[in-house]
Amino acid sequence: MYKNCNNNMVTSLLLFQPAVSVGNVGQLAVDLLISTFDMPKVGYFYTDCLMPMVGNNPYATTEVNSTELSINAEVYSLPSKKLVVLQIRSPFVKNKYRLFCQTLLSWVKSSRCAKVILLSSSHAYQRDDQQLHGTPLRYLLTPAIQKTAGDLMQRLNWKEMEKIAAYPGANDAEMVLHIPGGGITKLLFSESCSNGIQMAVLLKFCSEGDNIPDAFSLVNYLNEWLQLIRSEQSSDAKATLLQWKIPRSWRLLFGSGLPPALF
Amino acid sequence: DLREAREVHVLWSSKLNASTGNFTDEQFPCSKFIMAIGHNAVAFLSSFVLNSGCWEAVGSVRLWNEWCRTSNTTSVLPTDTFCLFYKLISDPTVLLCQCNCYVAEDQQFQWLEKVFGCMREKDLQVTILSTCPVTDYKTPESTLTLPSPFLKALKTKEYKETVCCPLLEQPNIIKDLPAAVLSYCQVWQIPAVLYQCYTDVIKLDAVTIEAFKPVLSSKNLRNLVKDVSKSAEILKKLVATNEICNNIYT
Repeated sequence: MYKNCNNNMVTSLLLFQPAVSVGNVGQLAVDLLISTFDMPKVGYFYTDCLMPMVGNNPYATTEVNSTELSINAEVYSLPSKKLVVLQIRSPFVKNKYRLFCQTLLSWVKSSRCAKVILLSSSHAYQRDDQQLHGTPLRYLLTPAIQKTAGDLMQRLNWKEMEKIAAYPGANDAEMVLHIPGGGITKLLFSESCSNGIQMAVLLKFCSEGDNIPDAFSLVNYLNEWLQLIRSEQSSDAKATLLQWKIPRSWRLLFGSGLPPALF
Repeated sequence: DLREAREVHVLWSSKLNASTGNFTDEQFPCSKFIMAIGHNAVAFLSSFVLNSGCWEAVGSVRLWNEWCRTSNTTSVLPTDTFCLFYKLISDPTVLLCQCNCYVAEDQQFQWLEKVFGCMREKDLQVTILSTCPVTDYKTPESTLTLPSPFLKALKTKEYKETVCCPLLEQPNIIKDLPAAVLSYCQVWQIPAVLYQCYTDVIKLDAVTIEAFKPVLSSKNLRNLVKDVSKSAEILKKLVATNEICNNIYT
């Protein structure tokens, strides 16, 4: 359930949220968005579906704001750009996926979020032959958003997530959506389709490891579509990369320092 | 059925009713809620707080999961599995919780709703004590060189008192029941502080227990502690009792 932590109502139009998926790419990408636009926190998504976790402000920029407590699911907003971001920082409690999707979608309906963009990832090693070629980035659109965004995706030359045969070899006519390692992506997408919610899924094929480059390519992919930050030399991938601000909490992503005696 | 078996039951004794008025179906007033999670924190409160005032057991939590089943007795050792509530006889609004059992992830939310659901949260202050392995602590140096045990704190936005130790630095996080309680307090705007002791001994350990000592000077605990010298003795006895059970290799 949503709980305001200041008096700003969520009135924006575009909601970003990560799927907790392989390499946490969606979550890292959302971190980049919050940190780059310096979005203030507007509320909590308090639920029994996520494992509890607490820590100090992951986007701290000064001594003073570094002692603000953060919890497992928080809502940030940037009214000037009409953006709302839901950041999820912990995995789901077993058997609570479905309940979380229901709660989330009913919140999306009741708040004034017109569109939802789900940032996700999928296991690179489970790609089929056609997916191995070209870009590792894919998108999915619900029927409700198809009209407004479909053409643009064509123009951008983006690749839609391929469907695969449900029973390979036996019956190649029945095609299904398969997103291994995508967590709640598929469930949330199919629920949104049947509920008439405008949702776009952006995902990247990746493997576990240092997923920071994956997060950058996912936000750059998003930026190609929505032009959240404009880069002067859009052809130069590095120029765009430099404009995203890495939050302080990304330090020590691979654990503490090593004991000097080791060397 | 499994869901029924994993239900968390909070049982309040009639003693609580007697001192705070009848609160069946209602909430009882609570000004201080002090909670210890895990062997060492529980032993710390037993020896330094529970023994120095007049407390009585007023409730318990009954739960079962893959790691533990709570015991039914109220005379417990710090190594037993239990979750008990005590109230201060001279001020029944001061409640102490000794939680020495593993509360599974699907039970933590229930635990919170049921325990905090009974309390009137107006003017409530929450203090949580807990321990975790020092290897969970993230620092640019090696954790081997850190002088453990050491204390770190996290507090909610509404907590305005001074904190007895340094605050936990990013990117460190805290999980499980301590995190659940602190999240609840943050969302519902209850002043709360969590003191986390990072230690390299997971069993009951006198050095780890003593590491909590700075907390005794905090505003919420200061008045509850009477004779520290006596506590040290009780602590020694508590740890010694436990050692006897662990003599397999000596």
